[in-house]
Amino acid sequence: MHDIVEDTREAMTAALASLVQERDQQVFARLFRFYAPRIKTYLRKLGTDDAMAEELAQEAMLAVWRKAESFDPAKATAGTWIFAIARNLRIDRLRRERRPEIDPDDPALVEDPAPRADEVVAVEQSERKVRAALAGLPPEQAEVVALSFYEDRPHAEIAARLGLPLGTVKSRLRLALKRIRAQIGDFGS
Amino acid sequence: MSASFHPSDELLVAYGAGSLDEATALLVATHLALCPCCRDVVEKVEFMGGVMLDDLPPSDLAADALASVLNRLESPAPRRKAAPVPPALAAFPAPLRTYLGSGLDGLPWQKLSAGMEQAVLLDTGVARARLFRIAEGVAIPEHGHEGMELSLVLQGAFSDHAGHYRRGDVASADGETVHRPVVEGGETCLCLTVTDAPLYLTGLLGRLMNPFLKL
Repeated sequence: MHDIVEDTREAMTAALASLVQERDQQVFARLFRFYAPRIKTYLRKLGTDDAMAEELAQEAMLAVWRKAESFDPAKATAGTWIFAIARNLRIDRLRRERRPEIDPDDPALVEDPAPRADEVVAVEQSERKVRAALAGLPPEQAEVVALSFYEDRPHAEIAARLGLPLGTVKSRLRLALKRIRAQIGDFGS
Repeated sequence: MSASFHPSDELLVAYGAGSLDEATALLVATHLALCPCCRDVVEKVEFMGGVMLDDLPPSDLAADALASVLNRLESPAPRRKAAPVPPALAAFPAPLRTYLGSGLDGLPWQKLSAGMEQAVLLDTGVARARLFRIAEGVAIPEHGHEGMELSLVLQGAFSDHAGHYRRGDVASADGETVHRPVVEGGETCLCLTVTDAPLYLTGLLGRLMNPFLKL
C-alpha cells in the first residue's frame, strides 16, 4: 500500500538518518526543499507573520543540520523529529518560554517495564497507523485535533473559535485520542 | 513503578502539540519522566504532529532561502553545556531540576501554616508552578478551585476523596472539586503543583487563612 506520499516520507527519514554519518549538503538540500516550506506554513497557521515564519523556518532547518546526529530512526520519522524542532524553536523564540522536556539519559527516568521491540519498521508502521486513524476520525473530532496544533491556549481558544462549550472541545479530543489508541493498539494502558 | 493517576488526555495532547504554558508543561514533563505509559501517548501525539507537518501545503520561501542556510551550515553552533547535576537534586527528574537551582534549601520557601511550606518556581501569568512541602500527618485545609489545579507527587504520599497518590501520580482538580488532602506515610510530602487561578479555602479555618496564604 505504498503511494508517492509514503515513499517521500520514507525517503526523507532515510535522508535524515544518513546525515548522522555523512554530512552531505546535497542530502540536506533535499530535506530543506521538502520541510522548510512546510515549517513556514505551520508557523503561519499559528499566526506568525510572513517574515518571521521565513526566518524561523530557515533557523529550524539549520537546527536539523546541527542536531542530525541525535536523530534516531528507531524513535521517530523525519516528519515527527522536525515537527518537534519547529515546535520547540517557536516556543523558545516567539513565546520566549522554556520547553520542559524529558532527558532520555536522565538517571531519574522511570523505565518502561516492558519495552517494545523498537525498530525502524515499527516506527514507520506506528506512524502510518496514526495517519490512517487521523484520516478516519469523524470531522468534528478531526477538527479539534488539528486545531490543537495551531493554538497557544489550547482548549479555551479552540472552544472560542468554534463557538463550542469548553467541555465539548475536551470530550471531542478525548474521543479522538481514544479512537486513535484503539486503532493503534500499542498504546500504554 | 509507573504512576496510577495521570494528566488528562487533553493535557498530553496540548503538551505534545506545544500549546501548554511553561508552568503546566513543566508538570507534564516531570510526570513523563516518571511514567512510561504517558511518554508513549505523547510519542503518538508527536507522530500526529509529524503527519500534520508532512501533509501541510508548502509556502513560498525567499528565493535565496536555501543558499542562505547552506552558507550558514559550517558556522559554529552556539554550544550549551549541560551543567553537572548537584547530588542533592539527583532524585528529581531532569525537566524539574532546571528550576531548582542548587537545591531545595536555596528555594524561597514561605511558611503557610504548621508543617506546610510553599516555594514558587515559576509564574507565567497563565499559570503558576510551585513546590509544596508538607509534613507527615498534616491535613491541608479543605479548599476549592476557581480554575485548574494539578499536583504531582515527588516524594511521600497524600490522599483525598478520590484516591491515594504516590510518587509520579498527578491529582487533578477543577472548578467543581473541593478537597481536603491528607499527607500519609512516614515521610514529608513534596508536590509540584500548578494552578491557573487562585485557590480558595472553604470552611471556617480556610476562610480565616485565605488572606494569609497568598494562594
